[in-house]
Amino acid sequence: MLEPPVVIAVALLYLGLLFAVAWWGDKRADQGRSIIASPTIYALSMAVYCTTWTFYGSVGRAAVSGIGFLPVYLGPTLVMALGWIVLLKMIRIVKANRITSIADFISSRYGKSHGLGGLVTIIAVVGIIPYISLQLKAVSNTVSLLLSYPEIVMPHRSATMSVGADISFYIALILAAFTIVFGTRHLDATERHEGMVAAIALESVVKLVAFMAVGVFVTYGIYNGFGDIFDHVEAHDELRRLLTAIPSGAGYTGWFSLIVLSGLAILFLPRQFQVAVVENVNEAHLKRAAWMFPLYLLLINVFVLPIAVGGQLHFAGQGVDADTFVLTLPMSQRQEGLTLLVFIGGLSSATGMVIVETIALSTMVCNDLVMPMLLRHKRAALAESKDLSGLLLGIRRGAIVVILLLGYLYFRLAGEAYALVAIGLISFSAVAQFAPALIGGMYWRGGTRGGALAGLSAGFAVWAYTLLLPSFAKSGWLPGDFLAQGFFGVDLLRPQQLFGLTGIDEISHCLFWSFLANIGAYVGVSLLRPPMVAEATQATLFVDALSDPGQGGAILWRGRAQVSDLQELVGRFLGPTRAQAAFAAFARRHGRDGNSTPEADAKLVQFAESLLAGAIGSASARVMVASVAKEEPLSIEEVMHILDEASQLRTYSRELERKSRELTAATLELQEANERLQELDRVKDDIMSSVTHELRTPLTSIRAFSELLRDDPKMHLADRERFLGLIVSEAERLTRLINQTLDLAKIESGRADWNGCELDLKEVVEQSIAATSQLVREKEAHVEVDLPDNLPLILADRDRLIQVMLNLLSNAVKFLTPGSGRIRVTLSRRDDGLEVSVADNGPGIRPEDQQLVFEKFRQVGDTMTAKPSGTGLGLPISRRIVEHFGGQLWVESVPGEGATFRFTLPFAPAQPPADASPAA
Amino acid sequence: MSKKILIADDEQNIVISIEFLLRREGFEVLVAGDGEEALARVRAEKPDLVLLDVMMPKMNGFDVCQALRADPELSATRILMLTAKGRDTEVSKGLGLGADGYMTKPFSTKELLAEVRKLLET
Amino acid sequence: MQRRILAGDRLIAAFLAGCVLFNYPLLAVFDRPTEVFNIPLLYVYIFIAWAFVIALMAWAVERRLK
Repeated sequence: MLEPPVVIAVALLYLGLLFAVAWWGDKRADQGRSIIASPTIYALSMAVYCTTWTFYGSVGRAAVSGIGFLPVYLGPTLVMALGWIVLLKMIRIVKANRITSIADFISSRYGKSHGLGGLVTIIAVVGIIPYISLQLKAVSNTVSLLLSYPEIVMPHRSATMSVGADISFYIALILAAFTIVFGTRHLDATERHEGMVAAIALESVVKLVAFMAVGVFVTYGIYNGFGDIFDHVEAHDELRRLLTAIPSGAGYTGWFSLIVLSGLAILFLPRQFQVAVVENVNEAHLKRAAWMFPLYLLLINVFVLPIAVGGQLHFAGQGVDADTFVLTLPMSQRQEGLTLLVFIGGLSSATGMVIVETIALSTMVCNDLVMPMLLRHKRAALAESKDLSGLLLGIRRGAIVVILLLGYLYFRLAGEAYALVAIGLISFSAVAQFAPALIGGMYWRGGTRGGALAGLSAGFAVWAYTLLLPSFAKSGWLPGDFLAQGFFGVDLLRPQQLFGLTGIDEISHCLFWSFLANIGAYVGVSLLRPPMVAEATQATLFVDALSDPGQGGAILWRGRAQVSDLQELVGRFLGPTRAQAAFAAFARRHGRDGNSTPEADAKLVQFAESLLAGAIGSASARVMVASVAKEEPLSIEEVMHILDEASQLRTYSRELERKSRELTAATLELQEANERLQELDRVKDDIMSSVTHELRTPLTSIRAFSELLRDDPKMHLADRERFLGLIVSEAERLTRLINQTLDLAKIESGRADWNGCELDLKEVVEQSIAATSQLVREKEAHVEVDLPDNLPLILADRDRLIQVMLNLLSNAVKFLTPGSGRIRVTLSRRDDGLEVSVADNGPGIRPEDQQLVFEKFRQVGDTMTAKPSGTGLGLPISRRIVEHFGGQLWVESVPGEGATFRFTLPFAPAQPPADASPAA
Repeated sequence: MSKKILIADDEQNIVISIEFLLRREGFEVLVAGDGEEALARVRAEKPDLVLLDVMMPKMNGFDVCQALRADPELSATRILMLTAKGRDTEVSKGLGLGADGYMTKPFSTKELLAEVRKLLET
Repeated sequence: MQRRILAGDRLIAAFLAGCVLFNYPLLAVFDRPTEVFNIPLLYVYIFIAWAFVIALMAWAVERRLK
């Protein structure tokens, strides 16, 4: 079963499966139905952290240092607890600025600096190469082991072995080809690879299952559980010492350094940055990943110690490398299926790491190293080319091959001298150098480009001197005496006892000196001068990223560009079709017709820049856009002004939205109120006009008659007396009008005096009839009454009620035909009060006029004969009085048969209120 | 031949006073109590001048004025609007509809006579 | 918003707890040749402390989903 063709076939089949998953994931992503939109897949993709270092190396580490393999998993666990704070901010920044790599992130933060992006890329590539070589070493070792099955022969590689005969060289090439097909099939503006993430998540499951299977097999198959394994240890003093103490070589300092290093690695390793930040589809997934990823780490480590101890016991004295126990233990038991599963698990952990890492690195090399150089030196050639997307892909593919070959080279140079974990730690120490510039950049506005350059350079130099060069020296590729005697023989410059610092392990040693140099230079140089415009701009965008959810940066650009130029520019890098689609989508999103305005506004320019940033990095994108846009430089005051404004706007935007909704509602209310007011105003105007009219009319008569009398002293006595009589009656009418107008105004404004008391309504009605008896007699009319005794009392103002009754009675009398008029007054009890009716047999009121009579100055009557003598205010006042006491006043009438005015008043409450407040 | 004047107003006392004033000055005076009556009497009697109140029942002064001006046979008839609503809009509305003059109530009898004479002379 | 802040505080608490649990001097306290069910105490301690911190984080972020 483990014949070479079978092994190779299974390996190729597995890679084919991964490719199918990736292809399917990309297809679904294109259809908008993402298969990775799940927090669990996100957490599993983060487990790309577990490489062959974990799969094979942890056991090797545990075999020599006991639980010393653990801190590199405890660090990530701790950092994931802070993920909701730090990673979230990184994700927000990356999404808002279309950042595609860690180099892009740092260069963008410090003013889109080409130099900085290039430096970060170099550090990342150089730093990661040992790590890639680690994977090559693990895979080629396992392949060699399998090829010699059933014998267990430790792979041996001589430095003189030709490249053509070296299996790991072919593995490097296969991995490069696989990665190219996998990750650089097309160019994406966002640099997101959904298919790759799906495949990585699958690999994480495979390697966990494989490792757990070996763990269970060793613990429960070869031995009898955890207790049994550790029982066997009792007999081996050396093993016992290993298990019960923090390894003396590293001590607590080394332990702590590893926690710090791995915590930083989980953030800054290019592949971790890729899956956790760039490939994040939904920041809410962070929450699940916060515990699920650490749980994965815990599970994959549970059996490390049992396997290590079991291997030590099993292969005692056989010279089997502990780094291979995971594979050699099942091999030694002839467990072919399990062996194959382990091989696939190891392959998973290697390919996952290599794919993501090299894709991330190739993006950085292309965007932050090669493109800037091309822009600088081959600008003209670039400008001529219509479609550069092929060139970009070519650069990336080349970078992938070069990186893997460099990994192979390092493996050949230094790989043999170190265990897997030790090689990995060299890489961890390198990427940790990004921490000051990156974390500082996210939380400290004062960091400058110069500071970042100085810090990164210093940290990188110290790392290279204290870790990288010694690794060459230990392999014999550099003179070994430089390790023992220091550079130029200067004792203080011994790379691993720099300035005489001894007593700590080499990793802690490097961490201390490199961070001292890095942070010192970063802070020190940053403080030399205030940030420049571009730096301050980006600092604000990065530092305030969390207070600015889902927002792109403020638009800090002022200039002129043609839409067609921009589209052509983007088309050169992304391909014309995709550029056109992107621009059309942008136009649609912003509701504008793409062709109508040839001049691009700041938003469109920024959009174009962000599209380009995805393909060629933010710094290059800025240069390219600047080449077609005539930018007018902004002064720092202007930038700060825009930023202040923007951040204030953002701060208040939510509140503004709420306010705006309230305002909309308020506006509606105001409109309604305004309409009501205008209506009231119109009514008031009408009333003023009516009042004026009503006042002027009697005045006209009075003045005319007075002047006639004055101008004609010889007027006939009869005329004179008649005129004087008219003057008096018009004056009375005027007085009445003024009184009633004031009365109504008082009632309407609520300032009328009401003397509420309990009344016998019958008495009020009788008194009113008596008061109008003279009028009735003059019209020779007849009044009938129907007033029952012993009715309940009502609460009202006696004088006001008499006013109402007099008004109704005099109205009735007014319209009666002299001689035949009849008025009937009744008082009756209703459910909730008393009702008074005054009915006449006059001409009646037309239905359409029955409401009008209660309006001010509306007099209704047959004016062919004469205008009714009245003010037009009697009924409106009466209605208000009745309503004030909680009753109603209305009229019923059939034209020709008379009119009946009725009003109701409620019974007095048992406990009359002290103050009869208005009921209307 | 004395000039014929129609007084159209629904306020009896005002009609009485103006009628007395104009008769004393030697005019022939006709009276109408509402808009429709006024229109009918103008068509029937063809007075030289109409004193037209604005606020009248059935048909207000503006409508009467408009109807009169729409009738070419009555183009010689002068119209003097009388109103208790003295706002500028009312004045211009009346004049816009073809009235020849406008007086606000209460008016001085002397001014009214002067206005009447002026309108009848031209 | 209140709950979001609370969850953040809980995660920070988990972080700080982990920092203390996973380092000197607490490690030294458990770094002794004693065994629990035949398993070295330090090994048992670290895995239990680790599981505890993970549980704390899960509790902090998942509780408010419900």
